[in-house]
Parts: sequence; structure tokens; C-alpha cells
Amino acid sequence: MAKGRVGVNEERCKSCGLCVAACPMKVLRISDRINSKGYRPVEQFKEGCIACRMCAITCPDVVLEVFRLEDDKACNA
Amino acid sequence: MGKRFLMKGNEALAEAAIHAGCKYFFGYPITPQNEIPEYMSKKLPEIGGVYLQAESEVAAVNMIFGAAGTGKRVMTSSSSPGISLMSEGISYIAGAELPCVLMNVMRGGPGLGGILPSQSDYFQATRGGGHGDYRLLVLAPSTVQEAVDLTMLAFDLAEKYRNPVMVLADGFMGQMMEAVEFRETRAEGLPDPAEWAVGYMKQRGSRALIKSLYLDPEELEAHNWKLQAKYAQMAQHETRFESYLVDDSEILIAAYGTVARIARTAINELRGEGVKVGLFRPITLFPFPYEPLENLPASVRQILTVEMSCGQMVEDVRLAVGKERPVSMYGRVGGMTPSVDEIKDQVRKALGR
Amino acid sequence: MKETKIFEKPKSMIDVTTHYCPGCTHGVAHRLVAEVIDELQIQERTVAVAPVGCSVFLYNYINVDSYEAAHGRAPAVASACKRLLPDSVVFSYQGDGDLASIGMAEIVHAANRGEKITVIFINNAIYGMTGGQMAPTTLVGQKATTCPLGRDPKLAGYPIRMCEMLATLQAPAYITRVSVAKPKYTIKAKEALTKAFQTQIEGKGFSFVEILSTCPTNWGLRPVDATNWLEEHMMPEFPLGVFKTPE
Ligand SMILES: Cc1ncc(C[n+]2csc(CCOP(=O)(O)OP(=O)(O)O)c2C)c(N)n1
Ligand code: SF4
Ligand code: SF4
Ligand code: SF4
Ligand SMILES: [Mg+2]
Repeated sequence: MAKGRVGVNEERCKSCGLCVAACPMKVLRISDRINSKGYRPVEQFKEGCIACRMCAITCPDVVLEVFRLEDDKACNA
Repeated sequence: MGKRFLMKGNEALAEAAIHAGCKYFFGYPITPQNEIPEYMSKKLPEIGGVYLQAESEVAAVNMIFGAAGTGKRVMTSSSSPGISLMSEGISYIAGAELPCVLMNVMRGGPGLGGILPSQSDYFQATRGGGHGDYRLLVLAPSTVQEAVDLTMLAFDLAEKYRNPVMVLADGFMGQMMEAVEFRETRAEGLPDPAEWAVGYMKQRGSRALIKSLYLDPEELEAHNWKLQAKYAQMAQHETRFESYLVDDSEILIAAYGTVARIARTAINELRGEGVKVGLFRPITLFPFPYEPLENLPASVRQILTVEMSCGQMVEDVRLAVGKERPVSMYGRVGGMTPSVDEIKDQVRKALGR
Repeated sequence: MKETKIFEKPKSMIDVTTHYCPGCTHGVAHRLVAEVIDELQIQERTVAVAPVGCSVFLYNYINVDSYEAAHGRAPAVASACKRLLPDSVVFSYQGDGDLASIGMAEIVHAANRGEKITVIFINNAIYGMTGGQMAPTTLVGQKATTCPLGRDPKLAGYPIRMCEMLATLQAPAYITRVSVAKPKYTIKAKEALTKAFQTQIEGKGFSFVEILSTCPTNWGLRPVDATNWLEEHMMPEFPLGVFKTPE
């Protein structure tokens, strides 16, 4: 299975939780931090992201970027 | 003199628009202006334009909004009840500062009223009709030739000010047959739609926004003052009127459109009898020619306003004249027309003769 | 480790925070439209028409030529724009109050004329912008501020199914109903939007994409619960599917 991670544009997040519900690997949660709009942005709190993009597809505020991680070796092959 | 054509008023209006470069028409049938859309539906496809019969005047005026947003010359025509229905859209067009030409071939109201000529939409044309502090430039022809000339001018003015321009005609003018000439004129230095219209994103490097929404009150206030400044420019540069035999007159008839034409005949006959009477005829109803009425020759002692309404333009005449001179008013409504004899009687009565 | 970005903000989306409530799926629909515009490479010739409703500020989020139209009238505005600029790609983006109530005449006639425009219809079963009043699509029994006891069909009739109604017309080319409540639906919604824009670009005629969307604020539900409510209550009333397709 692919490995991935998400990037969070914390200022844009509205804490709606849709991505948390959508993530099949349950690696997202609402953080304790507070952004300038008063919302607690989402965070990836553990490894295990499979780069499936479900979180980003469901986010209404285009907060998330998704990266696929590949070993350099695999990449060269 | 150029070539002259014998045409029905409504068809001449339509042909004038085509001569002015208008290739796009959106409208909905209503008497007494149906010859305009009928003419357009035949002619526009022949010149690569668009004629579209909308599902209502509401749709028609919003099609005008969409079409005008492309910066091309577009128009609609209707008659009184249809213009009422268009009023929301006209307010949006004025708010978004889109150029277009609207024709109102007026009929009698209120409500469904009747289908005969009337001038009872003066308030609607000059005072809004729709909501908000906006103004239309309103042109009021009194002959078919003038209707042709003013229609062509209307497109220039609409572009110059990026504002809707209304040609306010009445059923007489629409149905009358007269010889007309189409004089090709187009103002120079009109704004380039590429600067503001949709469809030029690539060329301009940025998109266009056609809107009238300003939720921030300060922005909306600024937008309103900008519009007012534009209306003040119109008042300064576009006010048009005709005076006929004013200089030595004791009494002036103030009238516009078809009524002014009838009044002119009455004046000629009265002059034959030695009555010193003249005509003041506003050609632009907005901007209204207040100034010439404020500065009438001393000989003029009173003013008689004649309208096919219960008294609408007379309010502007009174505004201009103030308390200095008495202003009276004679109106026929519902499709009834003031006759030459009636006008002569009114003048004699006013003069106490 | 090598990182490859596989999801980012579409280029034609303006980089600002939207005014939408947290979890409102108007935002998802916006993003899909922007993605399709990018993928079809039509940004410079696309024209958006958004009338009033919560999406009146569409022009703040998608960077294309735009009109803000009067309530309900976007199809008329879009029809005329497209007729004058046949090479443009013109779409309207309308709410259910806008399209299925005040603007019913404009949408039916634009569809019936087979205007070569794309209509994106956001059905959230409520008047969002004005604060949660009953819409023509409000479900029987669903509470709204103007039907506090729930919609009573004896007083207010039944929810209007726009896709089914428009599909009775001969002219429209493509009519479909999708949703953006959950990723599995959203993926399909994007395919539908792509097809709708392609239908227009290929000159095949009128395309209509109804999108079932949430209004957590006026439904009085948390965003995740709203997506579940949509699935359980709206989808049976408004079944997803294709009602008309080109050829
Ligand atoms: C002529 C007119 N009537 C009423 C309104 C007020 N109004 C603005 S938006 C709206 C309804 C919006 O509901 P919908 O179209 O469903 O969009 P949503 O906000 O739910 O996305 C209404 C009634 C208006 N702007 N113009
Ligand atoms: S990409 Fe998939 S697995 Fe990774 S965080 Fe998003 S939803 Fe979860
Ligand atoms: S879906 Fe988007 S806005 Fe909502 S919590 Fe996740 S990242 Fe934040
Ligand atoms: S009111 Fe409803 S439709 Fe409008 S932004 Fe909020 S959640 Fe979305
Ligand atoms: Mg709605």
C-alpha cells in the first residue's frame, strides 16, 4: 500500500471534522491549537497515511495537500 | 440629403438600432410595440446577430444583462406593463453599469390599462421604477425621424456612460408612417469594452466582474456616489430640449413626444390669431432641462403643461419654474389624446381670453 | 524519501478563506468546478453566473469572468452571454430557492431552448442565505424557519425533483444528479461536472448537474451528521443518477 502524508494549511481550516470522518486510516484529528479565525485546525497525528486523498476530496475549504512518499530506491528503479 | 424610406415608426426604431450596430435583441411580445421584435426576428439572423424571444420580460431584461456584459450593442423593447416587469433587472443593469438600450412604447395604465398611446410612464422612466438610487438616460422623440436619430444616439450615450438608456416613445409614434433617413453617425472615443466586459480575459490578462453587490456599506456608498457623479456629468453634457417661438411668448406650452407635435400645430394656429404662445419641449427627460426653464425670457408669464397623463412631467416643470410663474396642466389619459382645439382652448382659458 | 504532491488547490481557485460555514459542501462543489476548469484548460474562456444565495460570492473564489445575477435569473443571463460569445464556456451556479422557486421559468426555458450552457444546481433543501426558510426542495416533515412544524404537503406541496422534471423536455443533452456529501459521491460528482462541461464544449447542448449538498447551519446539524442526514433523508427523495445523456 502507498505511503503518504498530508499538509495542512492551518489558517484555512474550519474544524468541521469532515476529513477526520473520511480518513479510512484514522490518522487525522482536530488539534489543540487555535488559528487566527478561532478554529482548531486538523492535524495528522500518526503515521499510516496511505495517500488515498479522501480527506482532501471531502474538505470544503481546500485546506489539505496530499503527498505520496516513495523510497528513493524504488523511485530510481 | 440621404436616401429616405417610408416606414412605420416601430420598424424605423428597429432599423435605427441595426444602423447603430445593434445585432442582439431580446424581448417579449406586447402591444403596441410588436413590430419591433418582429422586424428584429427577420433582420438580425440575416446579419449574423441574435434575436431571442424570451419567456417573459423578466427573462428578457436579464438576457440584456448577460448580453450587455459582453460589451456589445444590445437592446430590448417593450410597453408599459412589460417595463414594470423589467424594472428589477434595469436596476441591476444600472448598478452594474452596463450599456444597453431599452425602448418603451408607452400604453395606458395602471395595471393592464389599455393598448392605446399614453405618456403615463414618465415617473417610471425618470424616477426609477426599480429600486435604488439609479437613473436612466431618457430620450423622448416627437417624430419618427427624431426617434431614429435618438435611437442611434442612445447606443452612443449608453456606451459613453456605461448606463442603460431608455427611448420613451408612445403608441402613436410606433404606428405612424413617415419618411425617414438613417444618418450614419457614431461618437468617437467611446470606452473600449475590452477594458471591462466579459470575454476578454486572455487579452486583458485579468477577468471581468459584472456585479451590483457591495455588502460593505462604505463600498456601496462610494459606488453610489460614483454613479451620482456620472448622472451629474449627464446633466451637464447631455441635456437636450427644443424651444419654439419662446422669445416673445406670454405663455409657454411644455410638452414632449407626440403631444409636443400636436401642441406645435395649436401654437401655429394661435399665432395666426395673434396669441403669443411658444413651445418648450424636453428631449431628454432625464437629465431634465431645468436650466432653460429657470431662465425664461421676461415676457413669459405662465406655463401650460400638456401631457397624456394625469400630470407627471408637470412636477419637473414646477421644480424648474418654482413660484415665479404659474404652471397649469392639461392632461388626457387612457389612450385619449389632447386635440389641437382642446389645447387652443386651454391656452385661451389660461390667458383669460 | 521522495515526495510527490498528489492533491493541491486548483489553479483557477483564488487563494482566500471562503465565507461558507464550517463543513458547508458548497466549498466542495466550488473546488470541483475549479478542478474541471483547470483540467479542461478553459479558465480564460469560462464565464460564471452566480445569482443570490450563499454562493453569490462565487466570483471571490473562482478566477474567471463572472456575473452576479438577480435572484433566479442566472439561466437568462447565461443564455444571452453564451449566444453572444459562442466560444466561451458559460455556467450558472444556483441554489434550490433560486433555481426551483423564483427562477423556475428561466431554468425551464433555458433547458427547453437547449441553450449550450452548463447549470450547476446546489440542492440543500433549504434557503441557506436568508436563514433557513422552506425551499421548494425541503423534504416533507423537514423543519425550516417558515415551516416550524415541518413541511406539510397539504399546505406547501411536495419537494420538486428538478432533474426528473427537466428530463421530460426534448432539448436538454445531459441531466444528472450527484452529491458531494462524502468522498465516494464527490468523485462521481466530478466526473459528472467534467461531462457537463464537455457536453457544452462539444456543442451538444444544455447540461444540468444537480448536486445534493449540505447546509449544516440551517439544518441544525454538525457537519458530519449533516452528511449522514443527506444520505439517509435526501437521497431517497432525490435519487442519484443520470436522467439524460448525449447521443
Ligand atoms: C428578488 C429577491 N427576492 C428575495 C431575495 C432574498 N434571497 C436571497 S438568497 C435567497 C434564497 C437562497 O436560497 P437558495 O437559492 O436555496 O441558496 P442557498 O443559500 O441555500 O445556497 C433569497 C430568498 C433576493 N435577493 N431577491
Ligand atoms: S490521504 Fe487518505 S489516509 Fe492519508 S490522511 Fe488523507 S484520508 Fe487519511
Ligand atoms: S475538512 Fe478541511 S476544514 Fe474541515 S476539519 Fe478537515 S481540513 Fe479542516
Ligand atoms: S448557511 Fe448553509 S448553505 Fe449557507 S454557507 Fe452556511 S451551511 Fe452553507
Ligand atoms: Mg438552498
